[in-house]
Amino acid sequence: MRRNQVAVVGAAETTELGVIPNVSQIQLHADAALNAIADAGLKLSDIDGIATAVETPQQIAHYLGITPTWVDGTSVGGCSFMLHVRHAAAAIEAGLCKTVLITHAESGKSMIGKLPRSIPADSLQGQFEAPFGIYGPPSMFPIPVLRYMKTYGITHEQIAMVAVVQREWAAKNPRAMMKDPITVADVLNSRMIAYPFRLLQCCLVTDGGGALILTSADRARDFPRKPVYILGTGESVETPMVSQMETFNSSRAFKVAGPTAFKEAGITHKDVDHLMIYDAFAHLPLYGLGDLGFMPHEETGKFIADGNTRPGGKLPLNTNGGGLSYMHSGMYGMYALQESVRQMRGIAPAQVKDAKISVCHGVGGMFAASGTIIFTNEK
Amino acid sequence: MAEPARARPKPTPETQHFWDGTQAGELRLQRCDVCANVYFPPRPFCPSCASRKVSVFKASGKGKLYSYVINHRPAAPGFTPPYAIAVVELDEGPRMMSNIIDCPQTPEALELDMKLEVAFEKLDDKITLPMFRPAKG
Repeated sequence: MRRNQVAVVGAAETTELGVIPNVSQIQLHADAALNAIADAGLKLSDIDGIATAVETPQQIAHYLGITPTWVDGTSVGGCSFMLHVRHAAAAIEAGLCKTVLITHAESGKSMIGKLPRSIPADSLQGQFEAPFGIYGPPSMFPIPVLRYMKTYGITHEQIAMVAVVQREWAAKNPRAMMKDPITVADVLNSRMIAYPFRLLQCCLVTDGGGALILTSADRARDFPRKPVYILGTGESVETPMVSQMETFNSSRAFKVAGPTAFKEAGITHKDVDHLMIYDAFAHLPLYGLGDLGFMPHEETGKFIADGNTRPGGKLPLNTNGGGLSYMHSGMYGMYALQESVRQMRGIAPAQVKDAKISVCHGVGGMFAASGTIIFTNEK
Repeated sequence: MAEPARARPKPTPETQHFWDGTQAGELRLQRCDVCANVYFPPRPFCPSCASRKVSVFKASGKGKLYSYVINHRPAAPGFTPPYAIAVVELDEGPRMMSNIIDCPQTPEALELDMKLEVAFEKLDDKITLPMFRPAKG
């Protein structure tokens, strides 16, 4: 894909984030979509492309009253929206549609109008993982981390620092769910969830949503907001079964998606001003820093523990507070994208001064999938 | 009311040999007749070279502890927390999820790379699960 041919011209989250018991999941999609359309100064009838995950494109099209010429229902977990951005950019460049709406919403906490997730007993996961006591992401996503720690000499305290630093970012964000400062001791004394991870190393469970609007860079100049261009993209998938990853020392999906995006963008790591790495659990930023090539895995724990990713650090990471402190409705990738767009527009609550390039890296499932989007505000 | 039961696997035509194996007290894997790749979970072709010429064989049942969590909450139906959810690396190469029995469910007792051996635990008349315990000797 060519650089900077497509731009984000509308971006918004749901009016409220957090606990929203009076709105159903489909209406959260609509709320985010209407906010994004208003942000872009568009009408619903201007939208000719729809992408969404879990909910289907036909549900969104019908509910919003849109007749699309292009849809994408790629649903690979929380990074689905990174893949939607990538696919939408290709579709716009190919002339399949002009203006794409990507929506996410989840009534993750209140469970209003949300289908329960279940594992069929005759699926491979149902046969070869479910009988051994997996029960939701906290029991599965951290399974690789003890091996990672042993291989690279990462400590419990270093991984605890991921949560501490992100809380520092969240404290600057009025919309963050958790803003009170925490210490490494607070993290390591919080309630045990799935050893080695404790409550403060696990993402929040909230309600909310977000939406993006993309169009061609040529048209983007006519929109009210500063365009945020798509500089590079990457995607991959590995396995729906965490036990079957090629190795626990790395994510193969990360190692394909990240470098693909960097190559397409034509940038090096020192060009990156701002970084988002989907943090469903506290080990994800370490895997991300290593697999995206910022540093060897051995150095990731120390890099974060030394404060390099905190406010004022040389690599601002998860500046909205992340899934650990900002919000996590179940598929957090959309909120990471929203924060990258805010940073590129220069309007983030914890704005990184003069940031010109933002890397936004997502995970889907338990390292099952990955998508990376690199944004810039300079054409 | 009956206690909520552990999730029960439902075999498919492609996995039946594995579950027949655990019933018979054997851990069965598959090996490619062309490239000798040993793989898991079951499927009737080699995921490495795509050959459909594959054979089922009885694995040694020996392996080592690759990684795990000790799940505290929420607990899956049929489980009493805390319990370890482990990934075992078999001597033949493939890894599989399982539980570690005859061993305290603590970080001190569950040492990465400890040697394990398969043990079969009957779930009901049709399903026997492959579990692992610390290897003797």
